[in-house]
This record gives sequence, C-alpha cells and structure tokens, in this order.
Amino acid sequence: MKSKILKFLGALVLIAIGVFLGRSVFSGPKESTIPMPSTIKYRNAGVTLDSSEVAMNKVFSGEIIEVKDGGSIQEAVVAANPGDLIRVYPGTYSENVYIDKDDISLQGVVMNGKWPTLDGKKEINDAFLYSGNGIVIENFKIINYKGNGIMGQAGNNFVIRNNWIIDTGVYGIFPQYGKNGLIEHNVLSVIADAAIYVGMCDNVDVVHNEVFDSVAGIEIENSRHCLVENNYAHNNTGGLLAFITPGLPIKTTFDVIFRNNFVVNNNHENFGAPGSTVAGIPAGTGILIMAADDVIVENNIITGNDNAGITIVDLANGDPKANDPNAEGNPDRIVILDNIMYENGNNPTGELKAIMLTQLDNKGPDIFAYGGGTGSSILDKNKYRTFGLDDYGVPPITDTQEIETMMTPAPVPARSVSKEQLGELTYYGVCAGCHAFGTRLIGVPTEIIQQVYHNNPQGIVNYINNPLNVREDYPDMPPQDYLDEEAKLAVAEYILSLKE
Amino acid sequence: MKKHNLFLRYGLLLLLPAYLLLHFGFNLPASEYDEVPLLNSQCPPGFKKNANNECIAQNLYMQYDSPNNKGVGGLQTGLPEIRDGFSPQEIDLGRYLFFDPVLSGDGKIACASCHDPGKGFSDGLAASIGANNHQLTRGAPSLWNVGYLKRLFWDGRATSLEEQMQGPLFAEEEMNNTPENLLFSLNGIDAYKKLFAEAYPERDASSPIALNEIYTALAAFQASLVSLNSKYDRYAHGYHKALNEKEIEGMNVFRSFVARCAECHTPPLFTNQQFAVIGTPEPEGMPLDPGAEVPFNDKSMRGAFKVPSLRNIEKTAPYMHSGRFKTLRETVEFYTKGRGHAVPEGEQLYIHWHIWNPELSDYELDRLVDFLKTLTDETFTPKIPETLPSGLQPTINL
Repeated sequence: MKSKILKFLGALVLIAIGVFLGRSVFSGPKESTIPMPSTIKYRNAGVTLDSSEVAMNKVFSGEIIEVKDGGSIQEAVVAANPGDLIRVYPGTYSENVYIDKDDISLQGVVMNGKWPTLDGKKEINDAFLYSGNGIVIENFKIINYKGNGIMGQAGNNFVIRNNWIIDTGVYGIFPQYGKNGLIEHNVLSVIADAAIYVGMCDNVDVVHNEVFDSVAGIEIENSRHCLVENNYAHNNTGGLLAFITPGLPIKTTFDVIFRNNFVVNNNHENFGAPGSTVAGIPAGTGILIMAADDVIVENNIITGNDNAGITIVDLANGDPKANDPNAEGNPDRIVILDNIMYENGNNPTGELKAIMLTQLDNKGPDIFAYGGGTGSSILDKNKYRTFGLDDYGVPPITDTQEIETMMTPAPVPARSVSKEQLGELTYYGVCAGCHAFGTRLIGVPTEIIQQVYHNNPQGIVNYINNPLNVREDYPDMPPQDYLDEEAKLAVAEYILSLKE
Repeated sequence: MKKHNLFLRYGLLLLLPAYLLLHFGFNLPASEYDEVPLLNSQCPPGFKKNANNECIAQNLYMQYDSPNNKGVGGLQTGLPEIRDGFSPQEIDLGRYLFFDPVLSGDGKIACASCHDPGKGFSDGLAASIGANNHQLTRGAPSLWNVGYLKRLFWDGRATSLEEQMQGPLFAEEEMNNTPENLLFSLNGIDAYKKLFAEAYPERDASSPIALNEIYTALAAFQASLVSLNSKYDRYAHGYHKALNEKEIEGMNVFRSFVARCAECHTPPLFTNQQFAVIGTPEPEGMPLDPGAEVPFNDKSMRGAFKVPSLRNIEKTAPYMHSGRFKTLRETVEFYTKGRGHAVPEGEQLYIHWHIWNPELSDYELDRLVDFLKTLTDETFTPKIPETLPSGLQPTINL
C-alpha cells in the first residue's frame, strides 16, 4: 500500500519534471520572435503608383546589446558603436538617454503586453535626446518627463516609430534640424505643447499616428517637404498645424501635405504655457495654417471642431506679438482639395467669433481665411461654409496621388571628407596653434617634424597619443589623443606631405 | 691699349658689385625703423593660405553639413559662413592697429582697451569706459568668432565689421576720433605708411593711407579670432571622455527643452544669431535699455538684444548687456526665476517664448555652469605686439 502511494507520488513527480522540461525546452526563448527593426529605407521611387516600394534597407552591421529591467539604457548607448542595436526588455527605466553617435537603433521589446517604460517621474527633463544621424527609436512607453519624450538636435535619417507617449512635458516627439525622417505609428497624449513637433526640418513623413488630449496634435513648423497622412488627431486644442514661428534661424515653411487624416473634435481647453505660440490657439481648431506656403489639404475628415475646421491666417493676425522682418508672414498658394467637413464651428471663440458676428452668424465656418496671402485655391468651394475665401481660385491639381512620400529617395549621405581634407582641416584647425612651417611658434617648426618622421606617419600618431618631450628648449605638448584614429593618421600624413 | 682695356674691363667688374651693394643697400629698411617688424606673411592658426595669398578658414567643423546652410544644429553641424579671404599681411596690420591707442582722439584708447585678449576680448567691466572716463551703458562684447556673426553690436545695428568699428572709433564718448584726424595721424607715421604699402601692394606705395584700408585691416584681424578647440568641441567631434560626468549632465540640461538654452544659444557657435527679449534687470539705478527697438524702430523689439555666442563665456564676466550679473551662476539662475520677473513696472515687453518657468534645481544650475566652462578655448590667442608703429605703448588698460 505504502509502495503504491510512493509509486504514484513518484509518477506525479516524474510527470511534473517532464512538463517542466518540456515547457522549458520546447517553448523556446520569446526573444527569437522579435523582428529586427527596419531602418531608414532606400526607396524605388516610381516603381508603382500606389505603394512606396522598398528597394532595400540599410543593413544592420553591428552587435545586439540587451538591456533588462534594472539595467541602464544609457550604459548600453555608451558601449554601443555605430551600427549596433540596443534591445530594451520590459521594465521601468527612469533615465535621460542621450545619443551622440551615428547609426544607433533602440528597440523596445514588448512582452505579454508589458512595455519597456521610461518614467521621468516628473523629475527628469527628457527621455531620449539624440544628435547623431541614423537613429531609430521604437516600441517604448514614455511617461512623466518634464521636457520631451524624444528630442533630436540635428541628426538626419531618423525613424521614430511605435512609441506610446503620455505626458512628457512640452513635446512628445520633437526632431529639430533634421533631414529625412519618419515618424509613424506613435500614440501620444497629454502634451502641453505639440504632441508631434517637426521643427526646422526637411523631408519628414508623419504618418499613422494618434495624437489626443494635447494642446497641439501635429505641428509642422519652419519645415519644408513634409507629409502628414493617416493620422488621428482628436480632442486637442488644435489638431494639425503648419506654420512659421518668427525669430527662428530657419524662416520658411512650405510644401506640406495634410492628407487622409481624421481631425475630429479638437476642442480641448488650451493648457499651453503662457507666452508659447500654441497658447494663442483657440480651442476648437481643426487645421491651422499660419504663414506657411504651398500647403495641400486633401481627403481629410474634419468634423466637430468647435471654432473652425480649417483656419488660414497670416502672421500679423495669427501671432502679432513677435515681429521678424526676415520671415514672410503671408500664407500663399494654399490648396484645399476634397475633404469631408461637417459640424465645425459650433462654439466659436475670440476673434473669429467676433468676425462671424459681423456676418450675423453665430457659428464658425468650416474654412476660415483671414489676412494676407495670394494664389490660394479650393476644389468645390460651395460644399463648405466658408469665410474669407472670395479670392480662392480653382486648384491647379485634383489630387496628389503621385506623391507617396516626402522622404528622400535614399538616406541623406554624411558629408564626405577625403583623407587629405581631413588631414588639412586637422592641421590648420588644431595643430597650427603651435606649429608652423619655417617659424617657431610654441612647438617645433613643421619641417623639423618632417625630418624626424620622414616616411613614418605612424611615428607621428604615436607621438600625438603619448608625447615624450625630447627638447629641453620646448614646452611639453599635451596629448592630442582626443582626435579620432582616422584624423590622427590623416594629419600625420598631411604634415609629411606639406611643401611650405 | 691692351692695358687700358684690361683696366676698363676689371674696373667694370669691380663696379658691378659696388653698384649692386649700393642698390640693395638703399632699398633695405632704413635703420631708424629697425624695431618695426615687417608684416607676417603666414596666415594665423585656423587659416590656410591659398595661391592668391588669401587666408581661408580651416577647422574640424568643416567635416559636417549644416541644415539649410544656417550653421545651427547639433554637435556635428557645420558653422555659418565666416568672413575670410583676407591676406596674412592685412591680418597682421590689423593686429598692430587693434592694439594701437593712436586710433583714438587723445591717443589713449585702443580697440584692445575694451577688447582685451586677456579678458576674453572684453574688458571685465559691467559697461565699458570711453574717452575722458565717459561711462558707457553696455558691456564690450567678446570678439571671439566675430567673423561668423551677421549682425554686430548688442542691438545688431551693424551688418559688417567695417560698419561696426566706425561706431566706437568716431563716437565722442568712446574713442572720440574723427575720420580726418585718424587719417592725419596715421599718415604722419612713416612706419604705418610702409606697413600699409606692404599690406596693399596693388596701390602706389607712396599713396596716403585710406580709411577703407584701415577698416579692412581691422576687420581682417578681428575675423581671424577663432576659438573652436574647447573641451566641448572634443566631445562634439566624438571623443566623449573630453567631458566629465557633471559636464555632460550640464550639457544635457543645456539642450533639454526644460532649460532650452540651446534653442537660442545653438551649437556649434552657441548663438542662433537672432534677437530675443529676455527681460534681464539693469544695474541699480539704470533705466531700461530699449535695445534693438531703436535701430529697428520696432516696438515689439523693445528690450531685445542679439543672442550672444557663449564660447569663452567663462572669461567675459560680468554678464548680460549691462553686466548686471557678476557670475555665470547668477546668470543661469535668472532664467529660472520666472518669465518677466525683472521687467520694470509699466513696461510692456514681448518676452521671448522660450523664457518660461523651467524650475531648474540648484544642482542643475551648478551643472549648467560646469558645462559653460567647457566652452573655453584660447589656444589661438594672437600675440600682443611688443612695439607699435606709432611708438605708443600697446597698453591695453586705461
């Protein structure tokens, strides 16, 4: 009897072990299902008309660095080299990640619905700051920062995708001074300025994002060649914006397409910081075009925006406080194509309300144009309730289907500098402070370096890295090991090739 | 006959070297000017001489592009266009003029009096002091990297160095000279006539010195004052060990959108060269300086000043246009004390939108100062001339 029970228990234990082994052997690590992120694309422009065919991606060449809960994303960035992929697993990371390197990809790994979460706890300024080219940031949840969720200062060829960003301060996603970028499939809410702010950039696609409960949904400011498509902007103070902010060093906005977006019920109370440009946006603004040129508004669903569906103003009326004689303030050549608009202007406010009352109308219009600007046009004007569109003509186009993207056909190349140029820039830009041909400055004359290191550039490199003073009558040279390896060899060869 | 011929022949042979000696002897600089060095025929550091004897700027930032060619962006962004292409001789002549008090009406103030290389090409004063101890109302801006700037003076009223320098040269309360007197005194100095003839070889060597030659030489020298090799620059070019942890923290505060410093003090020059009304207080008892409102005749620019570069900022205390803040710490603290907190009562200023309430902690303010000190680089400081063509002392302090 006893042995039977033992046998039975033994069998149970064996089964339990078997199940455990089977699960651990056959279920496999979940990581293996994570696809590699696709980086910025080389596009086959014009292959077909209805899709953006991808010819090839930039290929991953580097290591995969994993960061798990309790680890530091920044440490991984410090360890990473261009081409590396940093994979961040679910967990909470309260840090400011800054990326001053090129071609680094950061990929969150979402497992069982759990996200890798950057939590600024309302103490940390920014979640991601980058200055390098070719940065990819995807699949992160970012909450409670004071400044930005993701901010770029310069940096071309960026991809910001699949991020879930809530209450990160002033901006959610903010690339600045970048060329060629993709912002797609992000969900952003509760942002005190713009959820997505494309500032002083060129060639950026903002597609398939949801932006809500923010002061501004998507803002294209002092930027050119931008496509804003298939986004859902709802319950912001203003939904989609294209404008010029005066007083910035890059002073134009033109060639912007707002296409196939849902711009719905953007009636949120304005909670922008006093003095900010968006603080002046009236609640109930669907689309706002201020001073921007060549903006096309096509196939959007624009409904339930209580002030006006589309507002088109010049700087003098839209932002009269800041004057910039170098910024041209009129919105010119705006093109409004087919859009679905109804139930806009149900509760107008401020200046627009006053202007409409002079028309004996207590509702705001679908489309409101006020101030300067020439060459604008609209398709089927009679369909909408409009104000100020008397001089709008017939559009020169009926659709924009041939424009699939505003991104550049291939990634923007880094400026290439030949080895000789690099050597020359380093010699005159750094070494010339102490060394010159034919005269003694602080260090030995250049021709003496040439004599000592004849045909031996590596000897110069070694000395640059670890100077050993052999001349009593000269001061010690500080190590110049901060120069990168390429520059050191280039300058060594340049010094040996100098003729005068 | 033969002998006679021989004598003639050898006589001629002897005469030739004698003639050559005399010829070159007379063309050597006369001995009384021996102490005056000839002009440097090499470009200053940071510049390469091309085949046309022009000095062309060379630096590591030329490896990078800049968005829309504006010279603003991030760490690896190209600089704005610089004024270059001056000859080494023009630059060197400008150096003598810059340090020479003969340029002022009473022969006591040189450009370098208020733009002292030992004080970051400023003068360490809240507001500068001009001729006859006249107390001016604004501080002397640093001249480092001035060749990259499109507008000059705190209120941006000049668009070229040549235009700018005529302000202080001929203002009664500054150098108190007149164009006529300036030409008269320089043309009365033989050594200067020689140097100008050397710097401007295309014109007749005996022509009098002209005003535009003076302006060009001074512009050439000022545009050669380049500072781009700080610790920060080493970091920017990719050597991340150049900055310590605290300095990097400071850099991240600097560029974050909470403090927003980098929005106007944008790298690589640490200015976006725009105007901003930030509403700083004047020193006790001084009325509000209307700034750019006056030259631009624009109410919205009341209290606006040009955003200054922060390179070598450590060297140029006190800070702001009238030197209200003695230290960098006080200066950065201004920005977190509240939007418009120092605007005098009754003034309606259009404070810049980036001035807000960032609520920076003391720790963050300290780190900002740490970072600002990484922008120091004086490796290309030019030499002060030991003697001047005027015979005056190149003293820089009054």
